[in-house]
Parts: sequence; C-alpha cells; structure tokens
Amino acid sequence: MRFSLPPVAVAPSLKPNFWDLALIPVIFALLALLAYGGAQMSIPYDVGEPLPMSLDPSNLPYYLLRSALRMGAALVASLFFTLTYATLAAKVPALEKVLIPILDILQSIPILGFLSITVTGFIALFPGNLLGVECAAIFAIFTSQAWNMAFSLYSSLKTVPNDLIEASNIFHLSPWQRFWRLELPWGVPGLVWNMMMSVSGGWFFVVASEAITVSGQNISLPGIGSYIALAIADKNLGAIGWAVLAVLGGIIFYDQLIFRPLVAWADKFKVDSLPGEQVPDSWLLTLMQRARFFRFMTQLPTMLWDIFTGLLRRQDDDKLFHRAPGPLINFPPWADRVWDVVLIVAALVALVEVSLFINGEVELHEVGMVLLYGVATTIRVSVLIALASVIWVPIGVWIGQRPLVAQNVQWIAQFLAAFPANLMFPVAVILIVHFDLNVDVWTSPLMILGTQWYILFNVIAGASAIPQDMKDAAGNMKLKGWLKWKRFYMPAIFPSYVTGAITASGGSWNASIVAEMVSWGDTKLEAHGLGAYIAHATADGDFPRIALGIAVMCLFVMAFNRFLWRRLYMLAADRLRLD
Amino acid sequence: MNHAATTTALLDLKGVRKTFRTPERAERTVLEGVDFRLEEGEIVALLGKSGSGKSTLLRIMAGLIPANGGDVRYRGKTMTGPARGISMVFQSFALFPWLTVQENVELGLEAAGVGLVEREERANEAIELIGLGGYESAYPKELSGGMRQRVGFARALVMRPDVLLLDEPFSALDVLTSETLREDLLDLWDESKIPTKGILLVSHNIEEAVSMADRVLVFSSDPGRVRAEIRVGLPRPRDTESAAFRQIVDEVYTLMTAHVRGAVAGAAEQLTLGYRLPDTTPGKLAGLLETIAEPPFSGRADLPQLAEETELEDDTLFHLFEGLRVLGLARIAAGDIFLTQAGQLFVEAEDAERKEMFAEALIKNIPLAAHIRRVLDERKDHRAPENRFLQELEDYLTDNEAERVLETAITWGRYAEIFDYDYNSGVLMLPEEVVEEMEAEEEKAAEE
Repeated sequence: MRFSLPPVAVAPSLKPNFWDLALIPVIFALLALLAYGGAQMSIPYDVGEPLPMSLDPSNLPYYLLRSALRMGAALVASLFFTLTYATLAAKVPALEKVLIPILDILQSIPILGFLSITVTGFIALFPGNLLGVECAAIFAIFTSQAWNMAFSLYSSLKTVPNDLIEASNIFHLSPWQRFWRLELPWGVPGLVWNMMMSVSGGWFFVVASEAITVSGQNISLPGIGSYIALAIADKNLGAIGWAVLAVLGGIIFYDQLIFRPLVAWADKFKVDSLPGEQVPDSWLLTLMQRARFFRFMTQLPTMLWDIFTGLLRRQDDDKLFHRAPGPLINFPPWADRVWDVVLIVAALVALVEVSLFINGEVELHEVGMVLLYGVATTIRVSVLIALASVIWVPIGVWIGQRPLVAQNVQWIAQFLAAFPANLMFPVAVILIVHFDLNVDVWTSPLMILGTQWYILFNVIAGASAIPQDMKDAAGNMKLKGWLKWKRFYMPAIFPSYVTGAITASGGSWNASIVAEMVSWGDTKLEAHGLGAYIAHATADGDFPRIALGIAVMCLFVMAFNRFLWRRLYMLAADRLRLD
Repeated sequence: MNHAATTTALLDLKGVRKTFRTPERAERTVLEGVDFRLEEGEIVALLGKSGSGKSTLLRIMAGLIPANGGDVRYRGKTMTGPARGISMVFQSFALFPWLTVQENVELGLEAAGVGLVEREERANEAIELIGLGGYESAYPKELSGGMRQRVGFARALVMRPDVLLLDEPFSALDVLTSETLREDLLDLWDESKIPTKGILLVSHNIEEAVSMADRVLVFSSDPGRVRAEIRVGLPRPRDTESAAFRQIVDEVYTLMTAHVRGAVAGAAEQLTLGYRLPDTTPGKLAGLLETIAEPPFSGRADLPQLAEETELEDDTLFHLFEGLRVLGLARIAAGDIFLTQAGQLFVEAEDAERKEMFAEALIKNIPLAAHIRRVLDERKDHRAPENRFLQELEDYLTDNEAERVLETAITWGRYAEIFDYDYNSGVLMLPEEVVEEMEAEEEKAAEE
C-alpha cells in the first residue's frame, strides 16, 4: 500500500505543468505558516507572566493559526496513540483484557475535568517554556479525539476478513508487513471517518481548553478560545461575532485542505462501494494527482514508505516452511490466571486509594448530593435528547427524501456540529438575565446546542438511504400519516438515528460541564447539576471534588450507555437493518 | 502428463485428523484418518458436500492450520507452516482492494524480498500469461468477477509454485466465465507453460471435477474422509458430451449419493439429535418432487440428467436429495432417484394434506423436530427458548452449524405447522390453533 497520494507513473515527465502553478504556492504558504506557528509555541515562559491578548480582529488570523496548530498536533498525537494502543489491544489477548475496558471508561470520562489535573504535570515537564502549557491544551484536545479513533482501528483490526489473512500467510508476509499492507489499510476508511468526527468535536475543546487555571493563576494561550474568554469577560459582543467568523474559517480550512482530500483518498481502501453511492472527490487531491512537480516530490516519500513497510521480512527465507501464523505473543495458561489476579488486585487497590483520597476531604452526605446532581443532569440530557429527536427526526426525514436539499443541508449540519456551541453561551446568559428565567431549566438547552446536529445529519443520511423500491411500495400501499411513520419511516431510519443519538448524548454529558455554569462579564449563572459541580471544583483547584465529580459522571454515562444505548444499538443492528 | 510416481509425492498425508474444540465443550471431529497423495504431474479433484471438511483439509495442506494427528509431508518433509512452493487460489478471490492488479501480483514477491526490477518483470510475465495484459494499473473493484479471479491466479502463479491449491476458484463465477478460465488454466498446464507440478482442486461441482482432474476423490462428511477414488483416463481437452465422460459423471453421482450406513436402499436408518439437516426448504423439496414425478422422468430420474433439467448446482441438489431421502419421500439407488409411495402420495395431495404428510414425516424421521415438539407439548405454557435447543445441538455441532440446523428445523416445522417461532424473543412455541385445540380437549376431559 502507498500512503503517497498520487500513483507514481512509470516514467513521468518532471517538467512542472499548469497544475503545479496552482499548487506550489499553496504548499509553500502552508509550510511557512507551520514553521512560524510552531516557533511561537515554544517561546520562554514562566507561570504568572501575562500573555498579551487583544480583542483587535486583525489579530484573529494569528490566533486561528495557533488554535488550528494545536488541533493538528492533537490529531497527530491521537494517530500515534491509536496505532499503538489499538494494535496492542487487537494483537495481545492479555493486554486486550485491560486496554479495551479502559478505553470504554476513558470514553465516558468528562474531558474538561481532566485539564486542571494534567496541566501541572506538563508545566513541570518544560520549566520556563510555554511548551508545557501548550502541551496541556493539546492534551485536552487529544483526549477529545483519541478514544473513538482507537476504537475504530481496534474493531477494524478484529474484523479483517479471514481470506485476506490467509492470503497474506500463503504469500509469506511477515507480521510487520501484514500490518502495513493489510490490517492498517483495512482500517483506513473507518479511521479517517473517525478522525473527521474527532476534529469536528475538537473545536469545542479548543475553545474550552485555551484559558487554563493553574494554582490560582489564569493562563490564556494565544488562540481563538482565549480571545473568546476575553470577549466574554469584557462583554464585547462585536468581538464574539468576529470570533464566530474566525472559527468558521478554521472549520472550512480543515474541511477543504485536510479532510476532503483524505476522505477522497480513503475511498480506495473500501472493498466495494455501493452502487449509486457518491464517490467523494476533492479539488486539492485532484490537483495533487495532476501536478507533475508534486508527483515528483512524492516519489521519494513513496519509496521510503515502501522500504519502511517492507522492512522486517520473514527471517526464515532459507527454510522450506515458515512459522505457522499465530498470536503475536503466546502466554502459557497459568500466566493468564496470574494476570487475572494481578488485575483484580490492582483494581481493588485503586478503588481503595480513590475512596480514601476523596473521603479525606468529602463527607458522605456530599457524595449523596453529588449523586443527586447526577440524577438532575441525567434528566436534563434525557429530556433534551428527546426534545431534539422530536424536532429533528421529522425534519431530517423530510430533507432526506429530497436529494438536492439533502446535499446542501447535510453539509450545513455537519458544519454546525463542528461549530463550538460554547460561543453562543453569552447570548443565553443575556437572555436568561433579561427575562429573569429559571436558571436550572433554561441553561439546559445549551448542553444540546452543539450536539443536536448529530441527530439531524444521521437521520438525513438514513432517510436518503431508504431504497427507492421501499418508497414505491409504501406509496403503492397508500401508507399515510401516523401509520406511515410507525411502519415505514421510523424503522427505516432507526439505525442511523441511534448512531446519531449516541453521539449527541455523549457530547451533551461533556458539554454539561461548561453549560451548567455560564458567565457574561461578572454575571455568573449556575444550575444545580453534576456539570456545575465539576466546573466549580475545577475553578477552585479542588482535586478530591474533581475526582468525585468525574467518577460519578463516568458512572452515570456508563450506566446510560449500557442500559439504553447499547441495547438500542443491538436492536438496530439485528432487526432493523435494511440490507 | 502422467509420470510414474517413482520419487516422493509432492504432498503426502497419512491418517490426518482434525478436531475443533469449542470452549468447555466436547471435541468435534472434522477430519478422521485421511490418506492422500498428490504425485508429480497430476491434477486431483476433491469432491464433497459443503461442510464436509474438504476446505479444512486444503488449509492443512497449505500449512495454514495444523493437523491434530497423522502425518503431513510436503516433498518428504513434515509440514510446519505455509511452505514456499505452495500457492493457493481462493473462492472469494481474496485480493487486496487497495492494491492495483500489478501490486497485488507483486505482493508475494515483495514479501520474499525479490528486487524491484525482477519483481516487475516476473509480475508482467504472469499478468500476460493469464491474459490480464492492459489491466496492470486497474484496481480489483474495477474488474469483473472473472477478471478478478485471473488476478488471483496470476498472484499464485507468479510465485512459480510446485503445488497449486485451488479452493473452489470457479464457484463464484458464472458458468460461461468459469468454463473459459478453466480451459485457459488447463492449456497452461497441458502445454507446460507453468512450472507447477501438481494441482489440487477442491470443488462441489461434479462436472467441473471430472473435466479437469486425473483423479477424483469423493469426500464424505461427519467426520470427513476420502470415501472413494475414480481415475479419469480421458485425454484433455475432454468432450463433456461424450459417452465416456457422461459415464464417469454418472459414476461420481452414484458415489456421492450412496450412503455408507444404509447401503441397502430404504433400510431404516437411525438419525441422532445432532443430525445435520440438509440446508433446504420445504418449498424446494416439494418442487423437486414434482419435477421427478412429471415427464420426462415420471417418477424416476437419472441424477446428472436431473441436474441439467433443474439447472441447480450440485451442492444444492445434494441437500435436496438428502432431505427427500431422510423424510422417506424419495430413494436413491444406482445413480437414480425415484419417488417412494409416500412421495407419490405427497405429489398428488392438496396443499393442506401435504402439510399434514410433511408433519408426520418430520416427527417420524427427524429426531430434532420430534424432540422440539415433545418439549413444547410437555411444557405448561407450550413455549421454550431457542437457546435451550441450541445448547443441546452444540454438543454435536459447531456453534454456526448448530444455529443453521436449528434455523432449518424451524423453517420445516413452521411449514408443517408442528411448531411456531417468534424472532424477536427467540422463543419456540406451539401454533395457536394447536394450543386452542389442546385446551378445548382438556376442558372436555375436565367436564367428563
């Protein structure tokens, strides 16, 4: 497999052609920006030193660059994490037993609670340099991106078709070669899709993670997020407007320059595209495949890549047979038992440790309170998902029936999902204060502001995928009204709806940490809920309470997933698939 | 091409045994006491019904899975893993979709460390040889099924294998395409254009096997073993319409349908609960019965002729034959199938009567169906979860096969209206009418 974008022609003429004229400036501009932004990330810095921030919109492109770079760095880190973590989990059964449950838990941990815990460590890692704080912010974004990518690759690795594995054995590929030539390529479409989802969710965390509080000190890293934080503190609505535009630019930048080409390229790794499915295309990829100079430029990387993935051939060349394929590492059965015991003991020790840590600070009745807060937030999330479903499912189905509308709306919905909803929070504060509304009720919609779009665009996708013959049959039987919904639309879109609702619900839990405690200037609104509890403890740097809050939220999210979403998902997968 | 077997055989298997163990369950024997030799210069076909273990045997020969017992040798050396010199072509093609034709063909050479220039040369050679010239830069998904399998062959042949293992390579292709590809391969073989010294073909298509192979081995199932061997002494290319060819095909059909246990036709044969119900439906069984009853067969049909008339695949037909046989609706003898008295009555009956006859035959002959019905009769609410029966079946069968058998039993039982099944809850139950009838009878009994 080649990761270079264009297929290298046998004897390409290397004279630059028309396409090069367009492409070369783009590439050099990108490289220059990368270098400049990178240099700015590692300037000397001591905690307490104020970083200059200004609300002048002319600074926004620079801030955008810094935020986008953080996003990129987090994405690269997530990719490395995915390649190692998912591969280990898929290849070593003893590790799989630990790594997969951990991933499951990590996925339900509220990311925003992480930040204050990790930032101290990162600063200690790079004393006297801004890189420490940058790393903490990047880590926060990383934690919002990595888990689903790792899950995606893991499940791909577990589902590599058996005949392809047999073929790679018959043709004597070494485990190393098999990974790069078979297993990773097999996982590429899923991985690219999940990267796109991750970045889409990542903008929210970029905004939330740049203004950090460490041991009473506020650090604002230059970036869109800090700009917004400053605008909120200054009650500057105009600046918020500029920030919205800048984020829009960032989203388009990532979409056009990175994900469009990536998705178009990943299409070749799909085993079979369904007939009628639109083949994704990208102007940038087309440009790169046509530009001669660029093809020339990629020849060397392609060759290096081929050499790299072709490394580690089977060492038993001279023998008649090579070793029969098996698991990467084989442990004797007793080692398995010992390992189980070690895991159980470790889990118990950790449980005791955490209880002691929390118990030293927090009274038992407060734990009860926190559980009640958890119930309050659960109710908010459930009611809002239900409301959003009632609104968006009919609209999504309507749109999905009209291919021309769907194409445009689909793009807008995906964009809205990427848009950091926390930008809109100030507006809510102003409205709530102005109309003197109940804070517990009216801050709730903020939780779903950014995540409801997942429901919409999944429903649209589901509705557009309903086969024409089924629609014809429904029309032929003159299905109408509620009956048509009950017997036709709802079962047909159910699997895609569940996928969307799971994403929306997970996102809402996370968003509750910023949505239950919002501010505008010195006006602070705080609802009763688990999110507000964690946000409060984070602002105070109160680690036992952060730990308690996170643990309880984790518990609720996992229970929610296990008892509701996973069951619905199984039901959808088993009963209601259209194929 | 027949050389005398003076030296060691290419492949030599003695007393090969393969069992699969599912956790906490008894072993299931897939292969037992398999003896097999592939000599230099011959093509051997392995014929058997689906699930008879012939694919497992092929994978043992390929070094993909180890045998549990017996001796497997390649060129006199005990097999310990995939061998250099053995290549394989897959039923599903197993091409890498993200590699072009050229890259797919080169993959094995690359893994073997062949240099760039030689690699390209050898790949081009193989591509030309197999008739793929001009498609080097195409991706598999751009190609038709036949062309894809040509890539599969080129990929195997480029390794210059001693032994070529073919795992039903033509069965995913349409008749015309598979015939062309078969002929092309035979041309390469007969004209010694490839260095391959022996070919093993696994197939369930009798005509395909007889038209290609020097020897045809008939494989039996449960556990899988070589039951019979037929030498095809005809020169290639073979005329499939010739009397000699038809004669051999007839012979193979007879062997494939003969029953080891109930050698005497009609002799009562005791099936067990774990009997693997043939994978077919009551509708198809009835259809075949009608075909046999009607002219030109009028109650007795020559098997190859029936295959031609119905245009069904051999594998599908064998399942149907098996179904009719165990239900006592037809009998097979000397390469012919003919209706029993029950079968004749069934054909003449109306739909409702047919159901009753089918139900009777099912309860009488199929222990699993009788068992399910008995359990449902005995239970107070006349309901039982499918898992209960699945677990019982898993004592005899692999998980997948147990599921398939139960599914088949449910399909048959539903047609016969001896029990019903709810997909959503996975519960088997007596049909409503039956329960009502029973309740009415109970009430009557209570009144008296």
